[in-house]
Amino acid sequence: MTNSILPALIFIIGGFMIPFFRGRAKSIYMMLIPVVGFINLINIPMGNHYLMGFSDFKLVLLHIDRLSLLFGYIYHIIAFITVIYILNFKNDVEYVSGFFYAGAALGAVFAGDLFSFFIFWEMLTIGSVMLIWARKTKSAQAAGLRYLLVHAFGGLVLLAGIVLNFTETGSLEMLKLTLSGPGSYLIFLGIGINCAWPVLHPWLTDAYPEATIGGTVFLSAFTTKTAVYALARLFPGTEALIWIGVAMAAFPIFYAVIENDLRRVLAYSLINQVGFMVVGIGIGTELAINGACAHAFNDILFKGLLFMSMGAVMYRTGKINATDLGGLYKSMPWTALFCCVGAASISAFPLFSGFVSKSMVMEAAASGSHLVGQKSYVIVWLVLLFASAGVFHHAGIKIPFFAFFGHDAGHRVKEAPLNMLIAMGIAAVLCVFIGTFPKPLYNLLPFAVDYHPYTISHVLSQTELLFFSALAFTLLLLSGIYPAEMRALNVDADWIYRKSGKALYQIFDTVLNPLNAWCERLVRGAATGTADFFKDAGAKISIFVAVNIWLLAGYRDKHLEIKKQKLYNDILQGTLPAGIGAAVTITFILLVYVFI
Amino acid sequence: MEKKHVFDDPRNVKRLLTVFFSTVVILLILDVFYIVLSKTHVIHRHVNYKWEEFWGFYAFYGFVACVILVLVSKYILRPLAKREEDYYDK
Repeated sequence: MTNSILPALIFIIGGFMIPFFRGRAKSIYMMLIPVVGFINLINIPMGNHYLMGFSDFKLVLLHIDRLSLLFGYIYHIIAFITVIYILNFKNDVEYVSGFFYAGAALGAVFAGDLFSFFIFWEMLTIGSVMLIWARKTKSAQAAGLRYLLVHAFGGLVLLAGIVLNFTETGSLEMLKLTLSGPGSYLIFLGIGINCAWPVLHPWLTDAYPEATIGGTVFLSAFTTKTAVYALARLFPGTEALIWIGVAMAAFPIFYAVIENDLRRVLAYSLINQVGFMVVGIGIGTELAINGACAHAFNDILFKGLLFMSMGAVMYRTGKINATDLGGLYKSMPWTALFCCVGAASISAFPLFSGFVSKSMVMEAAASGSHLVGQKSYVIVWLVLLFASAGVFHHAGIKIPFFAFFGHDAGHRVKEAPLNMLIAMGIAAVLCVFIGTFPKPLYNLLPFAVDYHPYTISHVLSQTELLFFSALAFTLLLLSGIYPAEMRALNVDADWIYRKSGKALYQIFDTVLNPLNAWCERLVRGAATGTADFFKDAGAKISIFVAVNIWLLAGYRDKHLEIKKQKLYNDILQGTLPAGIGAAVTITFILLVYVFI
Repeated sequence: MEKKHVFDDPRNVKRLLTVFFSTVVILLILDVFYIVLSKTHVIHRHVNYKWEEFWGFYAFYGFVACVILVLVSKYILRPLAKREEDYYDK
């Protein structure tokens, strides 16, 4: 047992205390939480801590090794940066849920067993939904609900997988799994939903652009990267991941080209970047896993930076569609500069962070393709190269060009607030630092690194690739072929549950509602009919019996009618003489007694 | 009168484009040098595939990739995927 505190608790409990602070003290307190967390983290020794057990379950709340530590470090760094970024929003809901969310992510990466991992995994969903709802618009509420439903489903799939896996193996340990039984497949799928695998991805592109300005920065860092971590921990070297990753890297760039909402463009490019990581984990060699982790580390920084710059634009202009923006370099030069740094980093320009990590995955794919039985890795390599060119095209050029350059939309606004600039500045400096001096990052990776990004060959080939992508953009733009941005929406796989959901509703409406009405008529008709019948059934039976007796007794015509009418009224109104009532009851009891 | 900014002056845009196009050409020339130097074993070149050694492979690939990307997005994906902005609200 150590003296250290659970990293997740520092964030979660620390976060809940935020509303008790005011003014400057609040800002300082918020910035201190990640700092205290970081100091706590670097003092925790490697190994398992916080062991708990109940009945057969052995829970490990804090498992520290090189893999979890790497994600722990970057989560603290991005939390610190994002907190500075959101200081001017003065929104306690956003603050508390942001810290809750970051704490949940820390809890998940440090969880040493599948059960506590699941608990923190679910908390991630809660925190992120709150960040979406904190925007308080109607579309944010709807998107948040859809997000919640998808992730609640994903959580159940994961839980079912964990339970089945436990019954199969009797183990809850966070160790490498092979895809064999239904348990492992369900865990794989549950993680895949959070990882935004193709077709399972639309929760991301649907909800992230609807969150608050700061919320999106938080969101871009934690959910998908925690899923990447979980895949690296549980499914390294699973071949299916290679092809899933290839699809993730390739398809979103097409959407990104035609998308108008610039934060949604970034959401698509987020999937594209996670694709590189997933491919790396699927290849599973030391170089590939290192590449995937290093790229996750860098992506959190440069994607955060890009979302921050777009958030600043949105904060100042109130617009985020490419059709409404342009020429902002004039009034927001620093934001423009930081955005360009983020763009250069995601595009993997030499001296920027993407360059030193993305190429590790590429290299792992290329060297893997020479092994026996892995010829198809050539395709992986070619698609990743295509995706590298494509990401420069949509995230590297499109984002800065349409927001800050291009045609001047006439916005004359103030530069972003100082705290936002500082946050973006820190992220930008880190991007350039890691890109220029990759050694410190390489030293943190799970395996020893024997990779040198700065060879003449790599620098020259990457620069050629990027400059000619830029050439294509320039020529297409000048010739007018480049698709103009349009105020439109592009349907994606979420159509399945957003539109077909409505269609289903309509089917139910047209088929089931008439059926329902018919059933109602039937039941009601039968019921009223029966009720009508039984209302005076007793009277009618009595009259039938009585009339025969009266006929025998010689009553006829008028007398008979009067007697019938009197009997009918007496029975309906219950004014029969007590003697007759008693006689009927006794007769009934006797009949029952005789026949049963 | 609003302050004039860098790209308000068309000459600056033209200058930027000139610098850009020159860089593109210079890169292709550098590639020639690099191929010559590596073929004569002055510098070692690590390649995984033969085609990486072709002149301008990466340049060609990057250019073609982006043209295909834009054309597919514009002429195939957009007609299929584009809807009114309030499509889901209807």
